[in-house]
Parts: sequence; structure tokens; C-alpha cells
Amino acid sequence: MNAAAASDVSTRSEFIAEPYQVEGKTVIDCDVKKIFYGSFLAVRDSYVPVEKNKITAFIGPSGCGKSTVLRSLNRMNDLISVFRFEGSVYYHGQDIYAANVDPVVVRRYIGMVFQQPNPFSMSIYDNVAFGLKLNKFKGDYDEKVQKALERAALWKEVKDKLKNSGLSLSGGQQQRLCIARAIATEPDVLLMDEPCSALDPIATRQVEELMLELRERFTVALVTHNMQQATRVGDTTAFFSVDISKGGRTGYLVEMGPTKQVFEDPKQALTKEYVAGEFS
Amino acid sequence: MAKNPFQQAGSSSAITRPPSGSEVATDTLFRGIAYTCAALIVLLVAAILWQLGKEAAPAVGEYGLGFWTSTTWDVNKSEFGVLPEIWGTLYSSLLALLLGGIFGVAIAIFLTQDFIHHKLSLVFRTIVELLAAIPSVVYGLWGIYVLIPMIRPGAEWLHEHFSWIPWFGTSLSGPGLAPAALVLSIMILPTVAAISVDAFRRIPYKVKEAAYGMGTTKWEAILKVMLPTASSGILAALVLGFGRALGETMALAMLIGNANQISLSLFSPANTLASLLASSFPEASGIEVQALMYAALVLLLITFVVNVVGLGVQQYTVRKFEGKK
Repeated sequence: MNAAAASDVSTRSEFIAEPYQVEGKTVIDCDVKKIFYGSFLAVRDSYVPVEKNKITAFIGPSGCGKSTVLRSLNRMNDLISVFRFEGSVYYHGQDIYAANVDPVVVRRYIGMVFQQPNPFSMSIYDNVAFGLKLNKFKGDYDEKVQKALERAALWKEVKDKLKNSGLSLSGGQQQRLCIARAIATEPDVLLMDEPCSALDPIATRQVEELMLELRERFTVALVTHNMQQATRVGDTTAFFSVDISKGGRTGYLVEMGPTKQVFEDPKQALTKEYVAGEFS
Repeated sequence: MAKNPFQQAGSSSAITRPPSGSEVATDTLFRGIAYTCAALIVLLVAAILWQLGKEAAPAVGEYGLGFWTSTTWDVNKSEFGVLPEIWGTLYSSLLALLLGGIFGVAIAIFLTQDFIHHKLSLVFRTIVELLAAIPSVVYGLWGIYVLIPMIRPGAEWLHEHFSWIPWFGTSLSGPGLAPAALVLSIMILPTVAAISVDAFRRIPYKVKEAAYGMGTTKWEAILKVMLPTASSGILAALVLGFGRALGETMALAMLIGNANQISLSLFSPANTLASLLASSFPEASGIEVQALMYAALVLLLITFVVNVVGLGVQQYTVRKFEGKK
């Protein structure tokens, strides 16, 4: 799987990142050729493997397509009718974009936490139990709900008001509730799309600690605008940028590697500028 | 204009200044107009109640609460009671709410949950809303000349085979509860559908994402997430639709058969309060006018109670689902 070997004549002259050599086991092997919204080319040529039990951080300026790539990993983009994906995303050896794969199944194994807290308008308990019910879980709901809330560092704050609406919580609590909802079913992979952008520093720190804990059991892919966050929690970092030379705003992968290397010894000049904060 | 206490704060080049006298006056005027309009609405309702109460007072004194439970409406004997009309009003409206509610919410789901292209859904929505523009009397005529002949074979079959079920206990002789409730459900459909559509539209996109992100199928997302989230708006739609059904007059007067009886059968003629008013008023005089005014008061009271109860249920769902105080 070599993205540099893109055969398309029109893209041959364009920059394509060195494919990242994975050390451990790859859970999601994502090779984006082209992602379109209608006729708009949003992302091109990005090979982004997600390693098992690691946190893969996606960074880059606004509009570089990092969220788009993340959302392609569990077919969330299929909700947008004009979305079109070219390439492949292998998850446990199966291309999730194959014709015989139902996106609903993909999303049950690859959970997601969104930028804005989005609890359902139901009780805190029902929010967390939602996925359990959905998957027809037969067993102790109370135990699973408590466990998920504990892992999301929310249990102490809500244990006496589980019947209250999830929307009655503060923004930071809502986001942790959404994380509890996502991990209650113990999905294999958790995608997090700027999960801390609506949170204050204290809640952000709590969520980051949570991510580090989650890494033990799950695999996490994280989009973040906050470079400190990437250095704090990211094991691997993928840096995306935008190509505005052709009039469009097409994002692409510039560099991917161990976080320490990407931040301290970037191979690409563009990466160096961005991590040093010189990017305009 | 009042003295500006911050005169000293502005430098010679400052652009900030306090609002001028005319700006303050406009603000006061606008507030005055708003308060007056609000007060006029309250006054209008009070005036209607006062007038109705005054006209109905002799009948209220004469028949008292017995008026609610008596089943006779006999002008010659001066005996008046509206129990059959109350029954007919509630029964026909509930049937219409059941049918119109189910179809209205289903239409709202169909129009808002990506089943069709959004431009096409706009066309559909306009067509549904056009139903509200059809005059009541046209519905009545359509009911008499199209709907009744259309449902008669089905009604006869049901009566023949299932007459042991109280709903099909009588045969459809023409006008009756079934055609009235059917037409009524079509009439409240645009109200229910339009307000439910708005309730679904108000759901933020992030909620939909959350549902699909959990791995729901479309059906599960709609049933388990979208419907509960829109529930307070849908309840408001149902309350408004029910209110409309309670007060609907012309089409019902033409279709319900104006029979002073209480029956569970869908095919027997019945009567409603509004229909009683419309059909009896032109020839009424003396004590009957007062009795009719009393009947109007009863209708007003029922509508009022329905709205208050509906509002209460809606507030309860808002608190329960959305956690607002």
C-alpha cells in the first residue's frame, strides 16, 4: 500500500507524503486517493494508518481536511449526499467502503465523539444505555452504565441524578457524557473530532487524561486544533495542509510520524513552519 | 434629553454618544404599542367571554349543570342538554386526531428525514399546506358527493362481518361519524404536519450525527432519537390540531348527520357542539338562543381545558427530555 505510487497523471507532479511505516499492529489502514464533496476535491492522496492501542492525532490548519479524513474512517460522511470517497479504508482486513458493507455496522465498531457535545434529549442513564439497547445487550445495564460513566470521569458528578436530562449538564459534563455513551458498548476504535474545542481548560485536561486511559483498551484517532494537545496525548501525529495553488482548497497529508519526531524533527519545511507557529 | 453623565469620558474625536431624545422616544413608543397589542388580545377574549356569559346567563340559571348531562334538545318542551353533542365533538375530534396525527407526523418524518430531495420536499410541503386553504364547505361537499359513496361498500362489509364490534354496530346510511372524522382528519393534517415539520427541522444536525454515529439504522435514529427530541413540538402540533377539530363547524354540519344520540358506532349519525350551533341558530328564538349560547360556552370551556392540559403535557416533556427548568 504505497500512496506515493499514485498513477494518476494529473497528480504525479503534486506533493505526496512519504508513507508512514507502522511499527505495531494497524487497526485501520486508510488510504485516501480522493475525497469529493460534489465536484469539490476536499482531500487528495493521504495514507493514514491508525495503530492499535495508540492515539493518532490529526493536526493542520482549518480546511485541511483532517476532520473529513477522520469522518471517512467510520463512514460518517455518508450522511452527506454529495460526498464521494476514492481509495480504501481497511478495517481488520475488510474494506469498509466495499459495496457489501453496511455503514451502520461500521459505526457500531468504530465509535465517535464530536466537536460539539451532543447528548440525546433523554436522561443521563438512557444516554449511556442507548448503545447497549441498540446492540440488544443482555445483562446488567446498571453496571455497564456506571462503568462507562466512571471511565468518562463523570460518575461522581451524576450518580445521584441519573434520571435528569443529559441536556441539564454543563458543556464539559455533556461532552464526557457523550464519551461515556460512545465507550459504553466498548467499540474497537474511538474517533474524536476536536472533542475539547468547546471545553474549558479543566474539562479539557480531564478529557485528555481519559483519552490516555482509553488507549489501554481502545484505539483512538483524534482531530485537534490544539498542538499542545497533540504533543500531550498523541503517540503518532499526522500533519495535513491545504493546497490553494489551483484555486481550490484541497487538503493533503504532509507528514506522518511519531509525535516526538513530527514536532521536534519534522522532515518537511511546511510541518516545521506549522509546529513552530509560523504558519499563516 | 437627560444629561450625559459620561460627558468627560469622550475625547474630542470619540464617535460614541448617548442615544438621542428621538431614539429614546421611538423605543418608548414601540414598547407602548407592543404592550397595547398584548392587552387588546386579553381584552378581546374577556369581551367574548363576557358577551357569551351575559347571553347565556338565563339558560345557565335555568338548566344549571344538568345541561351538561341531559340528552334531549327539544325546543317545544324547552328542554335542553348537550351531552350527545359533547360526546360527538370529543369522539369525532379524537378520531380525527388519531388519523390526522399519525399521518401528519408520518408526513413530517417523510419530509424532513432525507427520504426525498429537499426541493421535492418543499413541493410536498406546499401541497400539504394547500389543504389548509380549501374552504370548509368544499370539504363538506366533497365528503357528501365523493367520500360517503366511496367508503360505503367498505362500511357495509365491516358492518356485515364485524357488527359485534361496537364501532361497526350500525350500517352507514349516509352522513355519520366516519365520514365526518375522515374529513376532519384531512382538515387538521396540514396543521399537524406543518408544525411537526418545524419541530423536526429544529433538531440540530449534531443530534442526527450523534444517532448515526452510534450505529443506528435510519429507522432506529428516527424512532429512538428524532421522535423523542421533537416530542414537545409534535405535542404542540397535536394540541393545535385537536383544538381545530373541536371547533370545526361547516364540514361537520354537512357530514355528521346532526342526530342527537350517543353511539360508539362509527357509522351512526351524531352531532357536535359547533354543528349544533350552526344548524340551530338561524331559526332559534327566545330560550333556545340562550341555550345555544350556553352550548357555545361549553365548547369554549372544552377547548380551553384541552389547550391548558396540552400545554401542561408539553411543558412536562420539555422538562423531562430537555432538562429545562
